[in-house]
Amino acid sequence: MQPSPIRDFIVGLFVLAGLGALAYLSIQVGGLSYKGPGGLALVASFDEIGGLAARAPVAISGVKVGQVSRIELDPSLRARVTLDLDASIAVPVDSTASIRTSGLLGDQFIALEPGGEEELLKSGEEIAFTESALSIERLIGKFVNNAGLDTEEKK
Amino acid sequence: MTVSPISTLGLRTLELVGHLGRVAMFLGHVGRVALKRPFRLRRLVNEVFDIGVLSLAIVCLSGATVGAVLGLQGYTTLSRFGAAGSLGAVVGLSLVRELGPVLSALLVTGRAGSAMAAEIASMVTTGQIDGLRMMSIDPVDFVIAPKALAMLLVLPMLSALFVTFGFFGGYVVGVELLGLDGGTYLSSLEGSIDFRDDVAQSIVKSVVFAALVGIIATYRGFHAEPTSAGVSAATTSTVVIASLAVLLFDYVITALWSV
Repeated sequence: MQPSPIRDFIVGLFVLAGLGALAYLSIQVGGLSYKGPGGLALVASFDEIGGLAARAPVAISGVKVGQVSRIELDPSLRARVTLDLDASIAVPVDSTASIRTSGLLGDQFIALEPGGEEELLKSGEEIAFTESALSIERLIGKFVNNAGLDTEEKK
Repeated sequence: MTVSPISTLGLRTLELVGHLGRVAMFLGHVGRVALKRPFRLRRLVNEVFDIGVLSLAIVCLSGATVGAVLGLQGYTTLSRFGAAGSLGAVVGLSLVRELGPVLSALLVTGRAGSAMAAEIASMVTTGQIDGLRMMSIDPVDFVIAPKALAMLLVLPMLSALFVTFGFFGGYVVGVELLGLDGGTYLSSLEGSIDFRDDVAQSIVKSVVFAALVGIIATYRGFHAEPTSAGVSAATTSTVVIASLAVLLFDYVITALWSV
């Protein structure tokens, strides 16, 4: 087959397009990024995590600052959740971690509310104040029960 | 003398084992010459053109069509639950995890794998392979390795293009035709896809499929009967075996990935 500059050029374009598509999928869609060492890993214990799963987002004031890296059961049978935060985030020691739901039936995430202390949490330390997941089923159950009792009392 | 069914079974098993062994030795040979100088870059570029550039139109068009169909089907189902906002996640996850690698591998098997097998088989039939051997040129090095290597390089890229065009097809149907918000579609798509679970799985799949299709097509062509019936048998069995192998390995990789 004869060497053909046009063919080489088209093949080059094709390879560029292919690599571009791979890079788009990995970086933009897949969210691949090099974080490097030095991320802030915090621990929080909850009585009830509801439907929280690994890789759920962690947000401060609704802005995503990290994700849940691990969920396990600690010896006292509470859920021990490890949060992986960006290294640039400064979290005061009296901050609160609560499990919230985005929307009425949406996915669950962890909301961090920063406290007012000067002292900051270091990697590996535990967030003292936590708020467990609100179970909608349990709320509805309570509401129905209470409503039933009320009507009986009125009779 | 009549052959008992049990003997037939034994014969078939021995044949299968023999085939697998020859494929493994062939694979080793291809790998050895592909890593050895000379690298035959000129032939590789030509093969990338034949397999990749010429398959570009069919792969991109199929990708956009599949994405559009997913968008339409997903929208009708999701809007019944009031969850049309997660259309992007449905389109994105099914394309990245399954449809992109599998469908592009099947398309390339039909479009380029069959042509590859037919070309090599007719070289065997017309004595061109023997001619190369007489000039003490290793036909595996000169003919087979560039083709198999080009397949390995090209299929992951074609699969990524398939997926990207699928996103676009889903966007056109979901956002432009059905009136979903563009930002909702894209953020649900990008938010649901993870690199390690989804994109890496997709790339590993298409690399494995590329190796399968490349080695099956070249092996069947190279070991074809030197008759015109042999050429057609090699082409047919390439498409059949490669398609089945792709679907089988797709299941295996999916099952292993979540372990």
